[in-house]
Amino acid sequence: MAWFRKDKKPLKAEDRRDLPGDVFEKCNGCGEILYSEKLAQNLEVCPTCGHHFRINAEQYVALLMDEGSFEEIDAGLRSGDPLSFKDLKPYTERLRAAEKKVGRLDAVLSGVGTVDGLPVALAVMDFRFIGGSMGSVVGEKIARAGRIALEKKTPLIVVNASGGARMQEGVISLMQMAKTSGVLARLHEAGLPYISIITDPTTGGVTASHAMLGDVNIAEPKALIGFAGPRVIEETIRQELPEGFQRAEFLLEHGMVDRIVDRRDLKLMVSRLLHHMTD
Amino acid sequence: MAASPRLEFEKDILEIQGQIQKLVEMAEESGFDVTEQLEDLRTKLETLKEDTYKNLTPIEQVQVARHPRRPYTLDHIERVFTDWIELHGDRAFRDDEAIVAGWARLDGQSVMVVGHQKGRDIKENLRRNFGMAHPEGYRKALRFMRQAEKFGRPVITFIDTPGAYPGIGSEERGISEAIAFNLREMTHLRVPLISVVIGEGGSGGALGIGVTDRILMLEHSIYSVISPEGCAAILWRSAEHREKAATALRLTSKDLLSLGIADEIIQEPPGGAHSDWDGTASSIQEALVRHLKELCKLSTGKLLKARWNKYDAIGEWSDTEAEGS
Ligand SMILES: [Zn+2]
Repeated sequence: MAWFRKDKKPLKAEDRRDLPGDVFEKCNGCGEILYSEKLAQNLEVCPTCGHHFRINAEQYVALLMDEGSFEEIDAGLRSGDPLSFKDLKPYTERLRAAEKKVGRLDAVLSGVGTVDGLPVALAVMDFRFIGGSMGSVVGEKIARAGRIALEKKTPLIVVNASGGARMQEGVISLMQMAKTSGVLARLHEAGLPYISIITDPTTGGVTASHAMLGDVNIAEPKALIGFAGPRVIEETIRQELPEGFQRAEFLLEHGMVDRIVDRRDLKLMVSRLLHHMTD
Repeated sequence: MAASPRLEFEKDILEIQGQIQKLVEMAEESGFDVTEQLEDLRTKLETLKEDTYKNLTPIEQVQVARHPRRPYTLDHIERVFTDWIELHGDRAFRDDEAIVAGWARLDGQSVMVVGHQKGRDIKENLRRNFGMAHPEGYRKALRFMRQAEKFGRPVITFIDTPGAYPGIGSEERGISEAIAFNLREMTHLRVPLISVVIGEGGSGGALGIGVTDRILMLEHSIYSVISPEGCAAILWRSAEHREKAATALRLTSKDLLSLGIADEIIQEPPGGAHSDWDGTASSIQEALVRHLKELCKLSTGKLLKARWNKYDAIGEWSDTEAEGS
């Protein structure tokens, strides 16, 4: 790697065209070119400006769970096609393409494990799978994670990332909101903790169900969190949206999330909260 | 007869109605006996109405569900219940008039009624926001549902909204949280809950008062995760494909029944609810009384268990790991 620059001065965008994409990444927050390896060591958070790059479900499991403690559940659940839906492509084709791309059967990775020794049930949504949209399998896997928490009397943690309901499953996807919220009602009655971690982006039916129902709602910095998409709102009210609208900081200011937590502190924060709730 | 904005498939119906009116006026002026011709025309009209409304396409169903002469929540309340006492406000921010709530009697029995309320004209829609509620509307709805729970009374909700309002204030005051909280609380409210979809069941804004033991749908009402226009704009990249989207989304009452979401379709009079408000209301009343009688027989434990089971079972999936083993 003789071409490697020795000085610490960050690379600028114009240098980038010569650089292989898997070694360097440009930060969307400050525009700096970052070394991928260093970025990964820093949990995909820009060391200069703190911008949180999107990470996938496996990465959240790795950063939240004690090493080697996680056991996946319900990996075999695969969505049906209840409406025989077809837009420009059949829904089944979209599902197979997403399966291939992401290496999972739907937009949730769930299981049980420990956080600093404390047993928990965990469900992590994955935005890469049809925009993290919630259909039958997403609803069912989150509900099952909740039921395992109930059964084992452990806390539930859900990491959210979603564009909303999965249109291709029509009203059945809408009803998943009631399903996940219903399991949370039982968890609430049982006095078990539920921590909702809201990442970029979380909108639509997922925000309007389990994402906003945490005993504690934690948001990642600058995450887009909302009910309606910004474009829908702009078209409805015919005016430009204020700076920072629907970002994590906006929700904190308006009292809808309890705390914004840097990803690098996430595990410690979850652990401290759970110990307050369960010791 | 009230002037009705024309829907394409209603053209022939309106024309015969016009002929009948003319004939009646002519007979009054001239004194001729037109009983027979009138009888013929009226029979023709009824047949035509029945045929037309039995064979609506999904996008036509959407148009009927949004018909500006269709009876809205308060129109039904007036006819289905007695002793209606409207109550207002969320005790936190304001009274959202896109949702109405209050006590009423169904066949003598005290119930809490909550429903989306559209406006009949522009002035009323300024107040009612076209039936699109803000967070405070959902919080108002829950406040009165909890009041019903406190006094052990059933809750009846009427669903008729294009959706929760997508605006700045809505997001600032937590529309997501308001809906989510209603969903959670409705799943374990300790009294019988029945929802009736009377027009548009628009997505999360509908579900926010719609997690109930029974879901009844008027024949020409719709229930959907997204509007056909919105769906077409995203999946077909143009709202012009709303007809295809309306079909693909399976949003008619028949679809919802066959998908196992709706429990019953309440038949509308020939010509749709907008042609006969009283007839529609009496069918709603009959269905509500019957379902409520069944639900009131259940113990609270059984009622809640059945509600959980209902929502837990919704969805279609297979377990690929279980199959081989
Ligand atoms: Zn940066």
